[in-house]
Amino acid sequence: MVEHRLGRPEPTRIVLTEEGPALVSGPVELELPDGSRVRSDRAVTAVCHCRRSKRYPICDASHRRKVRQEGREA
Amino acid sequence: MTGTLDRPRTAAPELPTPRGPLSGAVVAALRGDPVPAVDTADADPYGDDLQLALHCCYELHYRGFAGVDDDREWDPAVLGLRRELEQVFLAALRADVEPGDDVAAEVESLLVEPVGPGVRGVSHHLQRDGTLGQLREYVAHRSIYHLKEADPQAWVIPRLSGPAKAGLVTVEHDEYGSGRPERMHSTLFAEMMVEIGLSDAYGAYVEQAPGATLAEVNLMTLCGLHRGLRGASVGQFAMVELTSSPGSERLVKAMRRLGCGPAAIRFYDEHVEADAVHEQVVRRSVLDPLLAAEPELAADVVFGIRASSLLAERMGEHLLGCWERGTTSLRTTPAGSAG
Repeated sequence: MVEHRLGRPEPTRIVLTEEGPALVSGPVELELPDGSRVRSDRAVTAVCHCRRSKRYPICDASHRRKVRQEGREA
Repeated sequence: MTGTLDRPRTAAPELPTPRGPLSGAVVAALRGDPVPAVDTADADPYGDDLQLALHCCYELHYRGFAGVDDDREWDPAVLGLRRELEQVFLAALRADVEPGDDVAAEVESLLVEPVGPGVRGVSHHLQRDGTLGQLREYVAHRSIYHLKEADPQAWVIPRLSGPAKAGLVTVEHDEYGSGRPERMHSTLFAEMMVEIGLSDAYGAYVEQAPGATLAEVNLMTLCGLHRGLRGASVGQFAMVELTSSPGSERLVKAMRRLGCGPAAIRFYDEHVEADAVHEQVVRRSVLDPLLAAEPELAADVVFGIRASSLLAERMGEHLLGCWERGTTSLRTTPAGSAG
């Protein structure tokens, strides 16, 4: 929680993106259903929303649209 | 290849060996020798000679060179040469890049990830069946930028204002380790170099870097140093941040397959997550507010994206072409010429 300079706490801002992760400001600690915790010290953390991340709960851009290119290599 | 002990990491590098009349003139100017007249009319804008000449001019604004007076940075003779070189380089890029001003469509096209056996790329090759030697070559090429990672883009900060500036600094701050020097991306890169048996001395591989490698970094500095190219600078920055996450994942896999150690893997591993966030911040907090404030920059943002893509493709083709022919992608220098 970020303290406002007059002493009133500022709300935590979470940006929900359309295609990908939720963006959370400041260092965060994420608790998973099994009780394990993942910490991120970044100024902004992208939290995976689509469950496709291989680094869940942290986004790894796996939500991107993929276009298959068939083999042109020998 | 050498380890870390020859030179401290902060030492200024030696002046490189000239590769033709243009780099010869710049090196002469930096040494304080008489500068021969140069003719850029027939110069290859992406070639070894012009790109090394430009690299030497630009390095004065970063770490300088051993034995070269710091005041040369603002020497009119050097600046005059630099201007001529920049004009040739920029004119070639403007001619070779298709103009456009639809930034949203451009970004969208970068966010599509080609997959499958037909995709041609350096990171794809290294993940599939590249050798450790090829991986080390790739890292040596990349060191020209990554040992000063984020520095060329820092020039653009004072040219922006308001939300776009705040957004860009958020990403830059992360590149610089968010206040922790041991997490600076340039530091992580240096540690990777040492772990795979390369020298992490600043500029150690300039002598072996071909024009195709130097051109990518020269574009970053060109756009950073010219306020008039601030849109292109942001476009170049966006291109890197939007495209590097999947490539970094492939390089992590390549390093694991080749048995590299944890410090080597950490650099690209960090970039998988970092650039997944940076992609979002660049789109929402840099590009959107920049174009809202200065919509006339759209064409230059697209130019920055396409010019950096073009140079990245040229460099990738150089590496893959050399490896397919079974040769090294680095320049082989005569013994004793490396200073």
